[in-house]
Amino acid sequence: MGTVLCESCGKPLQQDEGETAFPDMRYDGVSRRSQTYSRTLVDKVWNFFSSVRNAVIMIIIVLIASAVGTVFPQEQYIPTLDPPEIYYEKAHGTLGKIYYQLGFHNLYTSWWYITLLLMIGISLVICSLDRVVPLYRALKKLPVKRHPSFLKGQQVYTQFEIDETEKERTLEQLEKGLKQKRYRVVREGNALVAEKGRFSRWGPYVNHIGLILVIIGVLMRLLPGFYLNDFVWVREGETKQVPGTPYYVKNVEFIEEYYEEEDLPEGVEVEGRVVKNYQTDAILYEQRVSDIPGAPPELVEVHRDQIRVNHPLKYKDLLLYQAERRINQLSALNLELIDNRTGESIGAFKLDLYNPPADIQLTDEITIQILEYYQDFEWTEDNQPRTKSPEPNNPAFVVSVISPQTPEGERSWIFLGSTLGSPDREPFFSYRFNKPDIVDSTGLMVRKEKSLPFIYFGSGVVMVGLIMGFYWQHRRIWIDLNHGPLQLAAHTNKNWYGLKREILQILKKMEIDVTIDQLSKGGKSK
Amino acid sequence: MKKSKTGMRILILAILFIAVVGAIYNTAFTDKQAIKEGAKAPDFVLPELRGGTIQLSDLKGKGVVLNFWGSWCPPCVEEMPALNRAYHKYQDDGVEIIGINISESKVAVSSFVQRLNLDFPILLDQKREITNLYEIDPIPTTFFIDKDGIIQKIVIGGPMSDQTIQRYITQIMPE
Amino acid sequence: MIQLSSNLLLIAFILYMFGSIAFVISVTGRRWRNRAPEDHARRWGWIGFYLTLAGFFSQLGFIILRWMVSGHSPTSNMFEFMAFLGFTIILAFIVLYLIYRIPALGMFAVPVGMIMIAYASVFPKEIMPLIPALQSYWLYIHVTTAALGEGIFAIGFAAGLMYLIRTVDQTEQSSITWWKRKTTWLEFSISVVLMLVGFILMTTLFSTAGYEVTYQIPNEDGNVREMTYHLPSIAGPHNGQQMEVAFGPLFEAPEWMNGRKLNTMLWSILSGIVLYWLIRLLIRKRLSAAMKPWLNDLDPDVIDEISYRSIAIGFPIFTLGALIFAMIWAAEAWGRFWGWDPKEVWALITWLFYSAYLHLRLSRGWHGSKSAWMAVLGFVFVLFTLVFVNLVIAGLHSYAGV
Repeated sequence: MGTVLCESCGKPLQQDEGETAFPDMRYDGVSRRSQTYSRTLVDKVWNFFSSVRNAVIMIIIVLIASAVGTVFPQEQYIPTLDPPEIYYEKAHGTLGKIYYQLGFHNLYTSWWYITLLLMIGISLVICSLDRVVPLYRALKKLPVKRHPSFLKGQQVYTQFEIDETEKERTLEQLEKGLKQKRYRVVREGNALVAEKGRFSRWGPYVNHIGLILVIIGVLMRLLPGFYLNDFVWVREGETKQVPGTPYYVKNVEFIEEYYEEEDLPEGVEVEGRVVKNYQTDAILYEQRVSDIPGAPPELVEVHRDQIRVNHPLKYKDLLLYQAERRINQLSALNLELIDNRTGESIGAFKLDLYNPPADIQLTDEITIQILEYYQDFEWTEDNQPRTKSPEPNNPAFVVSVISPQTPEGERSWIFLGSTLGSPDREPFFSYRFNKPDIVDSTGLMVRKEKSLPFIYFGSGVVMVGLIMGFYWQHRRIWIDLNHGPLQLAAHTNKNWYGLKREILQILKKMEIDVTIDQLSKGGKSK
Repeated sequence: MKKSKTGMRILILAILFIAVVGAIYNTAFTDKQAIKEGAKAPDFVLPELRGGTIQLSDLKGKGVVLNFWGSWCPPCVEEMPALNRAYHKYQDDGVEIIGINISESKVAVSSFVQRLNLDFPILLDQKREITNLYEIDPIPTTFFIDKDGIIQKIVIGGPMSDQTIQRYITQIMPE
Repeated sequence: MIQLSSNLLLIAFILYMFGSIAFVISVTGRRWRNRAPEDHARRWGWIGFYLTLAGFFSQLGFIILRWMVSGHSPTSNMFEFMAFLGFTIILAFIVLYLIYRIPALGMFAVPVGMIMIAYASVFPKEIMPLIPALQSYWLYIHVTTAALGEGIFAIGFAAGLMYLIRTVDQTEQSSITWWKRKTTWLEFSISVVLMLVGFILMTTLFSTAGYEVTYQIPNEDGNVREMTYHLPSIAGPHNGQQMEVAFGPLFEAPEWMNGRKLNTMLWSILSGIVLYWLIRLLIRKRLSAAMKPWLNDLDPDVIDEISYRSIAIGFPIFTLGALIFAMIWAAEAWGRFWGWDPKEVWALITWLFYSAYLHLRLSRGWHGSKSAWMAVLGFVFVLFTLVFVNLVIAGLHSYAGV
């Protein structure tokens, strides 16, 4: 058998294995709160959560549930546009349907999953409270003289005869050897006890405190203002409000870069084009005067940044992430009005697709009125014009040219690359299309995560606890000459091999030959 | 000694219990929407299609019907005439009908309004700021706001019939 | 440069192989040589160790060269990652060997590392420039730390398996139902390893032969998608039309499963089973029974402790790399520190499993064989996270697939 000492928690081993000979080293006999009484409901609840067995069962249940949640994608990761009630059955058959009906498509936010996680959290608190006090009491006092049966009961135990006259010298040598190995040694007459690495016993508690901090940090996100998750599309040149904040963001330029030949190391070839960079050059403004929503904002520039994947814009607690893009979208049509009699251009004009002007004064005599505008044009079934979306994917205008020849206006449809005039008479004017303006849009993810530093701090505490608990060991060595032969017993919470080797090294210096097997002659060895 | 231990346990368990119930309630059961029936309609100001601006709080004392729409959305287009009729019918009863167009250009809205002969005021929310503020998802969405600025009814989707509009208008009509 | 770095990896692999052989000689040879068995074991143990160490430095050279050529740490795709995992396994072995000096550990641990490197070679080896999502120093920090933690867990696995082979009673009553017999589960664990070996053998075999079958799969919208198999098709894609005359398919994959991935899985399982029975028929006894005599000289308590210590050392590193650094990077790149992506969930599952292991061991006294079974199962979770989640459950982490 190895250690029965728990650094953190757990019932005594004796109950499991029916062994009573070995002293319970866990808290050196100090009783744990949960073991004293269990009469009232409070005690029962307390005892439920202070049991490591129950904690492990909860961990295993969470583990299995989490695994089930990855069998099919969660609702947020559904790859198609189908609603979940259709998607799961369509993509994954009957199993998918059952999966959906059982609510596994939103497993990680379901009340019972969160309840389980929180129960583990409660268990962390209560297990730790229940054990840290007795452990503290047990470790505070370190008696030098122990009963021979205690010594013989240790897993590491050996005894050998030494001459009466040598006793004092041996003890002194042992003390010196132990101190060289950085043990803290206390001597009482013909006995001594040596200890080191006690702080490692606190590791699990530090680790558990860290975990509790992380859980608190996660729960803090539920408080209003601690967490924000939104999204905003911004065209190049446009300034838009960052939803849920007093900030405005301007997209100065969106850049999409691909790896070129010279970027690649020699001998490396790439199939197709590989994206090197997505970047939004952005300016962040703050609306300083708190005005009612909708009023033209008074903006003050507060921050400029190049937002790239892995390099979000950070300003105070606002975070903007490069998330999506739409490139080469139409933003304006560039046209020229042609006089059909001469065939010559009268002038050029621009139809902004996001905010077209109501009329354009082309020359002193000629004005173009924009009568109708459809951003995403189509004909309805009863031949009415309409737009099928607010995006200028297929723009169509009805314009009217007011000129000396056409005082009433000459109407015409302008589509993407074509026009349609009145069929009644020969038109005075026609249109020539020049290269349209195009623009890129950037999709920025808007986040606030105020509890993040707290969660990182909690994680740091977890790491400190883990390192304390796992990279150091608590070692205790007892040496007693009061009962005839020299009795040497030792205990550690882990790495018995290391402990034994350390003892052997000390004994070897004193020219006492003991083998590693002889050290394992304690009460627990077979 | 024993008393104090039990008391301590009750305290610890109670704190944990409250924290846990609060957390579960918050994640799994609350809807996080600030805009709901019974809540105050957030104030805003927007330009009107035909000139000038309208601020919601200026309409205090009147019932207000806020209709969020877009010309690309067929049910929005379909319920426009009914809203226009309601506008004329309740104009003198202290009920304002206001359309809020989502993100479209003035020219597009203007030509649309002319084609359908709409008379009630149309506000232009070109940057979707008020649309975001009111947490609009599907359109049309119509808010019926009483004289105190409290949202009495939210109708999501459409088209609404004359009867529907009438029913909710009577709820917000100032006496 | 690229060629040189590839050669270094090959050299490392060969050195590991000779190292493993030396360890085998060290362990098995002590009985059939006429000299002091302790000396023999020690000498061959050190030979094995130095061969492995040489391989380790050769692989280190591979990593450094590849980093220099590509400009980023070689942990950016499946090939680089699995090779790196092999590297961390060897590193963890070297450290633990220096502490415990048990040649038998090398006999098990070094081949595990080799399997990872061989498995890596199944994937495309080309150096690819980093896509924007991977352009972060967290790629180095998160991936290397997580791999190191997992590499140390691999030693826990190897030692756990050794413990089981050493202690499981091979004379178990045949009256016990087969699935209650410990030997059955031990054989099963061994055959899982053989499945990985079988998979590597099959893919290498057929890709050297240039085997290829193309399927055309009509989509709902009437378009036709192509899918190329590099293994003979046992399971064809759903509604797929085979374009060349070739073997199979024996049946079609269900609609929601990727036919090629299912086929690859089936090949791995089948070849593993065939390999297992081939060996078993050849040696005419259980594989674990055949290996048991090699380990008879070992103190099971020491193997138990090696397994436990590996996990105790690996656990904080794994926590740091696979959870904490992962959280920080996710917050930098995706704007949320945790998103229940399958890979994240499986990292959490692995972590929960090892924490259950530690609690059971430390406070409920699960030592010896219970603990060893968990150490073996734990590494199965690790492999599942690294291999299965990437290849079968696609998510944000899917690198290039098979």
